[in-house]
Amino acid sequence: MELQSRAPEGPIETSWMRHRQAIRLVNPANKRKYHVIVVGTGLAGASASATLAQLGYNVSAFCFQDSPRRAHSIAAQGGINAAKNYQNDGDSIYRLFYDTVKGGDFRARERNVYRLAQISVDIIDQCVAQGVPFAREYGGLLSNRSFGGALVSRTFYARGQTGQQLLIGAYQALSEQIALGKVKMHPRTELLDVVVVDGHAKGIITRDLVTGAIRRHVADAVVLATGGYGNVFYLSTNAKGCNVTATWRAYKRGAGFANPCFTQIHPTCIPVFGDHQSKLTLMSESLRNDGRVWVPKRVGDIRPANQIPEEERDYYLERMYPTFGNLVPRDVASRAAKRMCDEGHTVVNGGLGVFLDFREAIQRLGRKVVDDRYGNLFEMYERITGESPFETPMKIYPAIHYTMGGLWVDYNLMSTVNGLYVIGEANFSDHGANRLGASALMQGLADGYFVLPYTIGDYLATQKAGGASVDHAAFADAEREVKARIDRLVSTRGKTSADTFHREVGQLVWDKCGMARTREGLREAIAKIPEIRERFWRDVSVPGSGATTNQALERAGRVADFLEFAEVMCRDALEREESCGGHFREEYQTPDGEALRDDVAFAHSAVWAYDGPDRPAVRHTEQLQFDYVKPSQRSYK
Amino acid sequence: MKVNVRVWRQSGPDAQGAFEDFSGVDVLPDMSFLEMLDVINVKLEASGSEPVCFDSDCREGICGSCGAVVNGEAHGPGTRSTLCQVHMRSFKDGDTITVEPFRAKAFPVIRDLMVDRSAFDKIIQAGGFITARTGSAPEANAAPIGKQVADEAFDAATCIGCGACVAACPNASAMLFVSAKVSHLGMLPQGQPQRLARVEDMVAAMDAAGFGACSNHGECEAACPKGISLKFIARLNQDLVQAAFTRRS
Ligand SMILES: Cc1cc2nc3c(=O)[nH]c(=O)nc-3n(C[C@H](O)[C@H](O)[C@H](O)COP(=O)(O)OP(=O)(O)OC[C@H]3O[C@@H](n4cnc5c(N)ncnc54)[C@H](O)[C@@H]3O)c2cc1C
Ligand code: SF4
Ligand code: FES
Repeated sequence: MELQSRAPEGPIETSWMRHRQAIRLVNPANKRKYHVIVVGTGLAGASASATLAQLGYNVSAFCFQDSPRRAHSIAAQGGINAAKNYQNDGDSIYRLFYDTVKGGDFRARERNVYRLAQISVDIIDQCVAQGVPFAREYGGLLSNRSFGGALVSRTFYARGQTGQQLLIGAYQALSEQIALGKVKMHPRTELLDVVVVDGHAKGIITRDLVTGAIRRHVADAVVLATGGYGNVFYLSTNAKGCNVTATWRAYKRGAGFANPCFTQIHPTCIPVFGDHQSKLTLMSESLRNDGRVWVPKRVGDIRPANQIPEEERDYYLERMYPTFGNLVPRDVASRAAKRMCDEGHTVVNGGLGVFLDFREAIQRLGRKVVDDRYGNLFEMYERITGESPFETPMKIYPAIHYTMGGLWVDYNLMSTVNGLYVIGEANFSDHGANRLGASALMQGLADGYFVLPYTIGDYLATQKAGGASVDHAAFADAEREVKARIDRLVSTRGKTSADTFHREVGQLVWDKCGMARTREGLREAIAKIPEIRERFWRDVSVPGSGATTNQALERAGRVADFLEFAEVMCRDALEREESCGGHFREEYQTPDGEALRDDVAFAHSAVWAYDGPDRPAVRHTEQLQFDYVKPSQRSYK
Repeated sequence: MKVNVRVWRQSGPDAQGAFEDFSGVDVLPDMSFLEMLDVINVKLEASGSEPVCFDSDCREGICGSCGAVVNGEAHGPGTRSTLCQVHMRSFKDGDTITVEPFRAKAFPVIRDLMVDRSAFDKIIQAGGFITARTGSAPEANAAPIGKQVADEAFDAATCIGCGACVAACPNASAMLFVSAKVSHLGMLPQGQPQRLARVEDMVAAMDAAGFGACSNHGECEAACPKGISLKFIARLNQDLVQAAFTRRS
């Protein structure tokens, strides 16, 4: 597998500009002859589809929800970063770049990150022009807050619904292009395979989720914007439909899968209560700006919070990390919570959790200010748990939230398959081993509005428009395989729902490949996953047929892919013999429990290549080079 | 606790539907309503029967996917909540719970509780946007927007497009949904150039999609999980009058 980053050499400040000048352009009169498939209508996919259509390309867009407006991006709460330096607090493109590389624990490609920081400022302009109602100050200017471990206030936000407002902005731009006939939208349609013709991605096979019809779609290039794979853990903060199917199918057609073990745990989620839960709910990280995290000093002390006197409380983040305190990055905060609970300081009876307390903030700022800042989050918490954070501290615990890993892409966002582009959370992204808060929305929109629309032209310019046809044998083969798989799922007629298998594999990878990983645990998981997979194919029950609306079939298809993917994720975690960012191997830690990187052996991205159904995936590497931000031990003390 | 659940089953758009009873369903008060349906579905699937079909995705009250009429109320009991955010603690042991799809001519049933709300997308396509080609935007802070205007536009922008307003309205009108978008964009300075064309085009698309007329019942506001206010309908009507007047002159 060839892993050419194609990132331009020379001064980093001008590399994106020089690259844009160097790449090929498609003649404006010819753009309307090209057809691009975009799968996914989240921030990345919707912004890309709208922009490609504005440029003149013909776009076919796909999503599995009933409307493009419902993509998982809608759920993002906290905000989006941009190096505007509106607060005059010393922010700059360089600082955002530096923070992102360091926050990612030196496992991202520097030049991509620098470009991301540069583009961040344009995103805000674009969104405001579309009518995205960002928070404003009394004078009418845009407001910012500090977020997720940043020492500057560079996060733009829209109450607790930044994702919704940004997505609606992109969705509206997409809708305009749909009305103009430049985008053909296919909602309630699921990608089930990518079609590669003579080494180039030229189409996809889909299933209409209403009628069950299997269809071939041909184009000159294919873009995947299908989001992350966090639901491999079953319980996560992701929407129920999030899946690995699109990227996993592409992997099996030759796209390298990079760093699958880089998964992010979010420290502030509502803890698991009981075993009926279908998902976990995130409480925005912004809560840590004013909330204080603590546990009782005494092991096994499960008195109600208000009965535990001040001197018996351990504000452990403030104690362990005096500089950053409650604002340490996500991975650090998550592991500290795990450690406290493992040592017996949990505050959830029969479960795991720590307190996030607003008492001091309410005293300092007054109830009104706290209500203005966090009212809607408090309401959400109360609705789910039945307790008001004004009266008693929230209980929180880490949960799977985001996946840094994804399909490998070069500087042009093209995967190892020609003409197959990957944007947003679906690619292995600019976040290295750990993503900073408010940076996923930034990356998705940077990819979709400002990077892909240029870089895809470099490829299209080499292709004859309309050169491929659905009559090619590659389409017939892919379609046959898709149909055979569906037939197999609906004809197994076992006794167990797909959801039950999903929970089982999810629990396994959470235990062995979650917040902390060990060699033994990972080996155990790697041995166990094929066994679950085998049982799945023998005993899954998918009632009904493939020829109608069938949600049991949709779930089963996704679980089948998770069951294959989980194994590669665990192998990646096993072979990365270091700790970095969200990947914490217990064998590799400093005496005080911090992640211990190995920059000599592992300053690379690991890229997994499919090698047929009977052989294990092959691990390749892309060496990372740090010319600007010299790797150092991350310290938030 | 145990509840009895009567769910609307309909195998396809043109099929005859009927209620199916699930009695003695074991639930915990902390379970969400949709998790209660999951419990029913896992059992159905394990026994080889087709699960109850319903839309949901975020399960956090923000994507607008979920929705059903529960005991006669769109999104079920309690105010300002989507169905995924209703918890079983809102019911009592032994209750019988009736679950039906959102019903409206413009929202045909696809299967069981799943309905086709694509008419909403068509309304947005007709004009629910501000034309701003990527790359052409001015500097974001070049045009300050007073906090009051920004906040009010925001209130309108919180609509999640769930369709409960339509399901709750005796006329199955989409006026609250349309007014929310018209107001969000129409209050902002960026939205002015297209303001009057937008309202006319969106209302025309709403009528074409088969939604009923608004006769000020106000049921929509009561059912809306985001508390979208009726005042936005008044605002829409003002814009509509102004648009007609402008066109005539
Ligand atoms: C609760 C929560 C809060 C968050 N808050 C923040 C925040 O404050 N700031 C921040 O920066 N980030 C945040 N994130 C992360 C961020 O929201 C996501 O990383 C980002 O929105 C992903 O966008 P995307 O466009 O890549 O994918 P998504 O929005 O996930 O969209 C995926 C699209 O692909 C489609 N799709 C997927 N598979 C298929 C298939 N097989 N066939 C057809 N279509 C398919 C879906 O229909 C959908 O349209 C948050 C995430 C969560 C879970
Ligand atoms: S106005 Fe309210 S009820 Fe109607 S679609 Fe919007 S959020 Fe749903
Ligand atoms: S599932 Fe998203 S609002 Fe209910």
